[in-house]
Amino acid sequence: MLEYFLSFLILTGAIFTLIGSLGLIRLKDLYTRLHGPTKATTLGVGSLLIASAIFFSTRDAGISLHEILITLFLFITAPVSAHMLAKAALHLNLKSLAKMPEDPVEEEQMQAVEEKTPMQNHIETPKTENPEPETKPEFTTQPTSPNTPTPNKTL
Amino acid sequence: MLETVIPIALTLVAAAIAMSFWRLIRGPSVPDRILALDTLYVNTIALLVLFGIHLGSNLFFEAALLIALMGFIGTVALCKYLLRGDIIE
Repeated sequence: MLEYFLSFLILTGAIFTLIGSLGLIRLKDLYTRLHGPTKATTLGVGSLLIASAIFFSTRDAGISLHEILITLFLFITAPVSAHMLAKAALHLNLKSLAKMPEDPVEEEQMQAVEEKTPMQNHIETPKTENPEPETKPEFTTQPTSPNTPTPNKTL
Repeated sequence: MLETVIPIALTLVAAAIAMSFWRLIRGPSVPDRILALDTLYVNTIALLVLFGIHLGSNLFFEAALLIALMGFIGTVALCKYLLRGDIIE
């Protein structure tokens, strides 16, 4: 019974280690590549070390604490080194494949206009009329144009 | 059961080491190579622990602990060098 549990732990550890390195190869840019080794590989090595701890604790007399020491050390240091790597990559201005986020202030204003106009038509009309002439020439770009005509019509 | 599982796990971890070594050689940027080195030492710890179970000897844990310490220090030193242009200021 214990042997089956140990072999399960060893197989999961090896498979997760392999998945981490596969992520290191297959993913496209550095910021996504950071995820593979720092999460999957840490889990794989952790389960391997736990398997080794159980194996040597049941075989010999006494508990073997070396593996738990290594596990703790790895689990503490893996996020730190990932953070340092991400900081170095940002410092070097490495390109990311992710799109730049849109301006959150504009999005919040757009959502506020969209949400408030159907609910509180009569109360909000004096307030929403003022910012609209100022903000309207900025908003009339391609992605936001299908959204803007509808609140204008309701107003 | 363990006698059949451990060689399979050894081959899987060896394949993982080969993959991270490929990224170490091929990596387009310097942080990629540092990340590959980081993965390489973690995989080496896994290989050492597996080999220790396979041989049934306690001798490999000190080596694994030393590799963990030195690998972390190496990663931090390389990142610090990239960030500041100097390791100890």
